[in-house]
Amino acid sequence: MDADRAPLSGRGFRAVSYGVPLAFLGLFFVYPLAAILERGLRSGGGLASPVDVLTDPLTREVVWFTVWQAVASTALTLAVALPAAYVLGRYAFPGRGLVRALVVVPFVLPTVVVALAFLAILPDGIERGWASILVAHAFFNVAVVVRVVGTFWAGLDPRVSEAAATLGAGPWRRLREVTLPLLAPSLAAAAAVVFLFSFTSFGIVLILGGPGYATIEAEIYNQAVRIFDLRAAAVLSLVQLACVAVTVWVTLRVEARLSVAGHLRSEAEVLRRPGTARERAVVVASLGGLALFLGLPLAVLVERSLAVGDGYSLEAYRALGRPTSALLATPWEAVLNSVIYAAAAAAIAVVVGGLAAFAVAAPRGSRLLDGLLMLPLGASAVMLGFGFVIAFDEPPLDFRASRWIVPVVQALVALPFVVRIVAPTLRAIDERQREAAALLGASPGRVLREIDLPIVGRALAVGAGFAFAISLGEFGATVFLARPDNPTLPVAIFRFLGRPGELNAGQAYALAVVLMAVTALSVFLVERVRGPRRGWI
Amino acid sequence: MTVLRGALLAVGLVLLAALPAGCGGDDEGQTEVVLVTHDSFAISDDVKRAFETESGLTLRILGSGDASEMLTKALLTAGNPQGDVLFGVDNNLLSRALEGDLFEEYEPPGLDTVDEQYVLDPEHRATPIDHGEVCLNVDKAWFAEHGIAPPSSLDDLTRPEYEGLLVVENPATSTPGLAFLLATVAHFGEGWRDYWRALRENGVLVVDGWEEAYTARFSGAAGSRGTRPIVVSYASSPPAEVYYRSPPPEEAPTAVVESSCFRQVELAGILRGARNEDGARKLIDFMLSRRFQEDIPLSMFVFPVNSEAALPPVFERFAVVPESPLELPSDEIEANRADWIDEWTRIVLR
Repeated sequence: MDADRAPLSGRGFRAVSYGVPLAFLGLFFVYPLAAILERGLRSGGGLASPVDVLTDPLTREVVWFTVWQAVASTALTLAVALPAAYVLGRYAFPGRGLVRALVVVPFVLPTVVVALAFLAILPDGIERGWASILVAHAFFNVAVVVRVVGTFWAGLDPRVSEAAATLGAGPWRRLREVTLPLLAPSLAAAAAVVFLFSFTSFGIVLILGGPGYATIEAEIYNQAVRIFDLRAAAVLSLVQLACVAVTVWVTLRVEARLSVAGHLRSEAEVLRRPGTARERAVVVASLGGLALFLGLPLAVLVERSLAVGDGYSLEAYRALGRPTSALLATPWEAVLNSVIYAAAAAAIAVVVGGLAAFAVAAPRGSRLLDGLLMLPLGASAVMLGFGFVIAFDEPPLDFRASRWIVPVVQALVALPFVVRIVAPTLRAIDERQREAAALLGASPGRVLREIDLPIVGRALAVGAGFAFAISLGEFGATVFLARPDNPTLPVAIFRFLGRPGELNAGQAYALAVVLMAVTALSVFLVERVRGPRRGWI
Repeated sequence: MTVLRGALLAVGLVLLAALPAGCGGDDEGQTEVVLVTHDSFAISDDVKRAFETESGLTLRILGSGDASEMLTKALLTAGNPQGDVLFGVDNNLLSRALEGDLFEEYEPPGLDTVDEQYVLDPEHRATPIDHGEVCLNVDKAWFAEHGIAPPSSLDDLTRPEYEGLLVVENPATSTPGLAFLLATVAHFGEGWRDYWRALRENGVLVVDGWEEAYTARFSGAAGSRGTRPIVVSYASSPPAEVYYRSPPPEEAPTAVVESSCFRQVELAGILRGARNEDGARKLIDFMLSRRFQEDIPLSMFVFPVNSEAALPPVFERFAVVPESPLELPSDEIEANRADWIDEWTRIVLR
């Protein structure tokens, strides 16, 4: 359809960009969560007082541990990931796309598998405790920082920094006064996401922390599932949600204060080959360090998938094609399910999240919507899963047995990523470009198509890749909703790991390797898809 | 433009996908029966087809998560259930399920093949389907190598020669972990607290779940680099070690400490408010039939309750069915579970 014949009115688009995300969030997040919280709090007629749970010293202990380990995990993740983000944001080198794809691999792996890999690597005696938790969180979340910050960095005009250099600013001063302020919005966004993931971490904390360590999420699970005290679980969920809301609010404030409208450039203009020996050394050292950190646990998984008795063979991989009693499907069907779900989830997340990004990034855009969309990242997956079960139990909203509920839930988790990746890029578009186009007579639709979309195409592709990966790896909510005859890869891995015997363990690790390969390949391919011809790739 | 159209398309797709699920439920009531269960449930394809041919019903299997998660969901939806039959409630959880008024009464004719000891609910709201004991497993090679006799009872574990050899699961987070705590309560009575103090003195390692305990900490699992030769696992773990190793070894690499076994019986019940109650009865009858019961060992690695069901050869040769496992009444477990776990946590972890 031609934009000139059917102009998209600014107001209509604005309504859609608000309405669709809000409706999606309302139906699939607020409604089920409210339903389960209401059920939990309404014990014995009236609303029960939550005071006893709140004043329990155990609650305070758990909240304190949850917060500090999340802060420390975020700091460690930033420290590990920023050198690589810098290299990917500044230099062009062979295999750059591959590095960007490979870094996502740890992010999708099931926590149990990674925890077992860490137990195998870390020396006996120090393998459990808070340090292991932090290291594992950094391992999982490096991808968030490298990609969110790296992508943004690659769009920053290097001439600003060069100008500062010409004016005599040293490297540290340039970093502090030029680069960091420009990067700040994306740094805040990435840090917030890492914080929320660490904050709601569950499996890693229980296995690598050892007994005695628990996050709020773990305690919610414990109360709801083991003790069946739904009231305590609901109160804890509210505490968790309050912490998340504060985090999101602070993030948005920081972003708002730091956001500087600069000229975003295409990567082709920004990236250059490392010229001097020193630059090459920086590239090699940053990526090499990261490769070692991420590669070691992954190598353990590959090795485990091949180990048979005292030797090695492909037996576990061959067995993947055969029906197994561990699943009501062959393992390969789980691979196919995962890819289909992930494609659907990515499509939903890109459309809904892309629209939301426009609403969020518009002048006088909605910070509130931005914040609301981040809440599912920090909400309890356990409670949301139970919420789905009781909220969607009557026609016309009986989704409990529907396959489509899985990609919808996964999209919920992926949405904030798409918004976080796309919105900073949109915000950084110089408003004068839009105004100039409008002044020259372009309709709002045409401005959108000719100015915004080309620039944002790249970010949308990155968002799609990320959403795809998140969906591939999502476990917490999926395990509640996936049907046993349509298992996803992480669910299948979990089943195999839950059974004794060499071949079962072998197949679990083999599927983890397949998951790694599918992730790296799909992210790599998604990002090859060129956006609108304009050279903004 | 593209964005707007894409958005409408996506919303449309979601609604389209949702509608059949919303409308289909009631019409399908007559032609399908829905089994709600946990993620350890398994059934061979041909056995499933046999049921479908005999009954003329499609068997749909729903739900995931472990037994506690399954029960929590079932309790949340009591009266408006997700399916017709619930399978996988064990004796640890039975009282909770019965208090939640989840089931309709049904006394299947097949019960006459089942030993009295497995019929846990005299009112027949829940029917026993399988049993699988939680037992200490030992790594035979490790004990042979070190010239120490493997432990033969729970009491042995506090002796100095077994110091630092045992790994158990946290009863607060793991089903076998809880069963083992219950085993010690059943065996020692009030003395279980002192027993666990002694175990702690003797260097027991507590981990989060079975996966870590068995595949990463236990030395006897194939491919494991674990260092502890005694673990809390199942009576069926030794045959699984044989069955899933190629080529299958002549002798099981692990053994069960028989006197440590705690009984776990899994039961099925017709969910109150089931859409297809008649189909639900047929399914429970089928689950007690020899066809299904003989499929149980190799698909779920537990034992049939039907005394006429034959065990597969690998179970005949390598599995131990404990003669008189430890047990506790379901209502006593329900009344004390939370307190026992709390006390255990204070004694062993704090």
